[in-house]
Amino acid sequence: MEQLKTIGRELAIGSQGGFGQSKEFLDLVKSIGEARSKAEEDRIVLSEIETLKRRIVEPDIPKRKMKEFIIRLVYFEMLGHDASFGYIHAVKMTHDDSLLLKRTGYLAVTLFLNEDHDLIILIVNTIQKDLKSDNYLVVCAALNAVCKLINEETIPAVLPQVVELLGHSKETVRKKAIMALHRFYQKSPSSVFHLVSNFSKRLCDNDPGVMGATLCPLFDLITIDVNSCKDLVISFVNILKQIAEHRLPKSYDYHQMPAPFIQIKLLKILALLGSGDKQASEQMYTVVGDIFRKCDSSSNIGNAVLYECISCVSSIYPNFKLLEAAADVIAKFLKSDSHNLKYMGIDALGRLIKLSPEVAEQHQLAVIDCLEDPDDTLKRKTFELLYKMTKSSNVEVIADCMIDYLININDNHYKAEIASRCVELAEQFAPSNHWFIQTMNRVFEHAGDLVKNKVAHNLMRLIAEGFGEDDDTADSQLRSSAVESYLRIIGEPKLPSIFLQVICWVLGEYGTTDGKFSASYVTGKLCDVADAYSNDETVKSYAVTALMKLYAFEIAARRKVDILPECQSLIEELSASHSTDLQQRAYELQEVIGLDAHAVECIMPLDASCEDIEIDKNLSFLNEYVQQSIEKGAQPYIPESERSGMLDISTFQNQNQHELSTHGLRFEAYELPKPSVPSSTPPLSLSSTTELVPVPERSYESEVQQTATVPSSSDGGLGFKLRLDGVQKKWGRATYSSSATSTNSGSQSTLNGVTHIDVASNVNSKAREASYDSRKTQVEISPEKQKLAASLFGGSSNSEKRVTSTGHKVAKGSSHVSKSTVVPTTDVAVEKTPPVQPPPDLLDLGEPTVKSGPSSVDPFMQLEGLLEPAQLSSNANPGLVVSTSAPDIMQLYADTLASGQSGSGFMYPLSSNRSDDNLVSGLANAATDPAHSLATATQPAQFSKGPNPKDSLEKDALVRQMGVTPLSQNPNLFKDLLG
Amino acid sequence: MIKAVMVINTQGKPRLAKFYDFLTVDKQQELIRSVFGVLCSRAENVSNFMEADSIFGPDSRLVYKHYATLYFVFVFDTCENELAVLDLIQVFVETLDKCFRNVCELDIVFNYSKLHTILDEIVFGGQVLETSSAEIMKAVEEISKLEASSNSITLVPKTVSGWRNR
Repeated sequence: MEQLKTIGRELAIGSQGGFGQSKEFLDLVKSIGEARSKAEEDRIVLSEIETLKRRIVEPDIPKRKMKEFIIRLVYFEMLGHDASFGYIHAVKMTHDDSLLLKRTGYLAVTLFLNEDHDLIILIVNTIQKDLKSDNYLVVCAALNAVCKLINEETIPAVLPQVVELLGHSKETVRKKAIMALHRFYQKSPSSVFHLVSNFSKRLCDNDPGVMGATLCPLFDLITIDVNSCKDLVISFVNILKQIAEHRLPKSYDYHQMPAPFIQIKLLKILALLGSGDKQASEQMYTVVGDIFRKCDSSSNIGNAVLYECISCVSSIYPNFKLLEAAADVIAKFLKSDSHNLKYMGIDALGRLIKLSPEVAEQHQLAVIDCLEDPDDTLKRKTFELLYKMTKSSNVEVIADCMIDYLININDNHYKAEIASRCVELAEQFAPSNHWFIQTMNRVFEHAGDLVKNKVAHNLMRLIAEGFGEDDDTADSQLRSSAVESYLRIIGEPKLPSIFLQVICWVLGEYGTTDGKFSASYVTGKLCDVADAYSNDETVKSYAVTALMKLYAFEIAARRKVDILPECQSLIEELSASHSTDLQQRAYELQEVIGLDAHAVECIMPLDASCEDIEIDKNLSFLNEYVQQSIEKGAQPYIPESERSGMLDISTFQNQNQHELSTHGLRFEAYELPKPSVPSSTPPLSLSSTTELVPVPERSYESEVQQTATVPSSSDGGLGFKLRLDGVQKKWGRATYSSSATSTNSGSQSTLNGVTHIDVASNVNSKAREASYDSRKTQVEISPEKQKLAASLFGGSSNSEKRVTSTGHKVAKGSSHVSKSTVVPTTDVAVEKTPPVQPPPDLLDLGEPTVKSGPSSVDPFMQLEGLLEPAQLSSNANPGLVVSTSAPDIMQLYADTLASGQSGSGFMYPLSSNRSDDNLVSGLANAATDPAHSLATATQPAQFSKGPNPKDSLEKDALVRQMGVTPLSQNPNLFKDLLG
Repeated sequence: MIKAVMVINTQGKPRLAKFYDFLTVDKQQELIRSVFGVLCSRAENVSNFMEADSIFGPDSRLVYKHYATLYFVFVFDTCENELAVLDLIQVFVETLDKCFRNVCELDIVFNYSKLHTILDEIVFGGQVLETSSAEIMKAVEEISKLEASSNSITLVPKTVSGWRNR
């Protein structure tokens, strides 16, 4: 009986397709699977780990058993337990001669170890040996390990072998060798830099699969340096053309699409190569156009290729016809029921919108629908699109949408992102001061402390500096509207700390400037804040400093200062605070109040936050004092770098760390501390600014100082630069300029394209109106949506107030432009909007370009050159060493095609295995339309494929046969995945 | 580049986890948990894509597909196309189906190492290597054959179907 059992087990073990493990393992997996709680699972696994620890070191374990132990370890690690005790055994297993064990060993080490693990050194040798093995499967396993385990230092050890494998007779090996080289390149570009030419050489490989694999490293290379592979454009285009024309063997087809994955990679590469390069782009137009036409948009993969085409078209030098084709596809995507396609459509729209903003108009309602979709992914993508298409005419609506959405997000990461985007848009396009302040208040209120400090500092700076124009009244308006709104908000409970800091700062600087509010009112409010948020030291210190400023301004204005009793108690409380910073501020405040008006004016000048503070790093004003001290016999100052003692805290810490890291003992005695001379060794940062600027603000002040120089240069109208250096400078400019006098029109056009969009949209407005109207008659759409759409997309509308106002604005802007001079307007349009109205010469695709660049080869010749690849490669890659007998790709493809590869048409081999054809068709159904398979999964289940009860029963029986009771309470385990 | 491949069942148990950049065991668990947390909060009939920057760092996307009791999840960066990856999952599952004949979760539970073999044929070092399930099957069968022949026990039929049909 016992023997029978063993035989049964052996049988089970022997079968590779079945559960090739022992009953013990199956039982284990089953018990883990049945565990009701994580704790129970942990208990089982931990006890099993204990057993394994014992058993794995026993001598003479049968190999098969050992393999299973290792698999168990891998399994445990996946479940989150530490299996490090077994790593060494996995390493040992890679040394084994048996393929099964070797592969298991490699699998385990690639999952267990990282490239810097100590045990790697034991594997490198084995890998070297295995890379030279006769058995290609061993080589593959080794290559797999190479990808994961080799680091920069060990690359040279295996590099020669891997390079050699590029010429291996098996295409799988060649493929994997290329991938391994690619991995090396990712890890350490310098180590394989001399081998980069190998990649382009492999592009001419006989096997399309190898060629496809080569595209991965080439894509990376091109991403890093576009110019490195410009000469390959022709080759890429030709390959893509061949694929699109079904000239690859049938086995590369996927759902009737010829090698779609390779097409996608190629289109990605072309997008990179053609970006900003008119000549290269022209070579691509035909083939991309072909793909647009041929692509089957009913299958998932077809749409993937189409999407990639759109990305390519929007990245390369624009071509009108292609842009039209792309817009058509986007329309199809957006009209689709599938969320996946809608998502891709929105994404594609975001790409295309840069080139032709009018595309968005066609799809405004679809976009609005997506905005209200329950699918969060789609919503986010749509917000990204809105962000991209924001302009001054629709910023209010978009910011409103964003803030409404902001309130409902739980994901902090994303919330912060939306908040910062919203702030950015507000800064960039704000139509009015009041709106800007209101928007910022809402963002702070809802996003709270997720808003970055920088945003808060920007806001403060903005309020302080205004817009960088000489319009003082606008600046003071901004300030007083800020003060007003802050005084209103300040009483609300639970404001985020960062917002309070802004409020305190602004109230301190400008609370009493316009005379609307009395100092005692504002100071009272500030004291309330300091009381209410007594745990927040930063807020408190901001509040105290604000108090100090307010009192100082009062004194300087020769007004009588009466300190409120609550302020007095606050100051007293803070001067006994645990925080030295707060203490210092409190004492400073007391001192300032005691000074006379003249002195206060010097210390705290009114509205001086934007003044540059000159920091005298040499502390020259102390020279006299130092001189006196030295004369009196004090020690001269020794610079920090020359000091060896422990006087300075930072050096002390450094040395401490140093000691820790070296584990060395210090043998020399500590030096006696020198008598400290406070005046001669002041900490630099303290002395320079303390008197003027409170501590936490220092970083901000320095920021101001750093950036203070920037605006003056960017004011000159460097439109491109504006986008890069901090956003606040752009704030408000667009709208202001649109309503400003004509003298501004010169700089207006250079302002990051805001105004030119207006002009462009004006140009297109007629067409848009027409399309909008026609749609309106076709479908009855809820008026709210229309309203939203109109305000978002700036389409003309009849009812909406806001739209009319913006329309008015546009009209005003354009009329003003036309009034001033006609010539500059057209100039703007021509200069700024070549993508919108592509030059006509782009349209003639067929015309062969006369000047064909450095290679000076007729493009048609090159096309024909396909048939003579030697010529092609020597033409196209003049710099590369290409084997002269490079075989004809196309010929080979054709050959294999003719000979009819055995593996072609992978949909059918199933039918030979199975008796029931229903299953096949079911699978094919699911396969051809995977996007819908979710929806249809349940319906075809009954009749076509479904959870085949026969198969499930068989599997059930199999499990029983091996002595494992099936998991009765979890019959789901038997559910067919594809059913 | 593909950053990770995961198979998680509907109860949140990992059935397969492969990360193409090294991560510690704890980190892996954390990621699996957070991915599952997000997946089960998603409604039916929504898109199969997700932005995963909060879990996997900037610019990562996640594509998943729900089959019976399992989620198949691929995480990747901007270098891949979402729809294409969706089809890659389909290829993966189709291959499993061919390999195990009406694949179900149980097959995946018990054939852990085989699953890795198949996946290694599809994704290699984070790049898509092969997308034809017929080719993958060929490679996997060849490996199985050679592995079997390197064993001492060779008297047993090698394929499932052969064994079951007896």
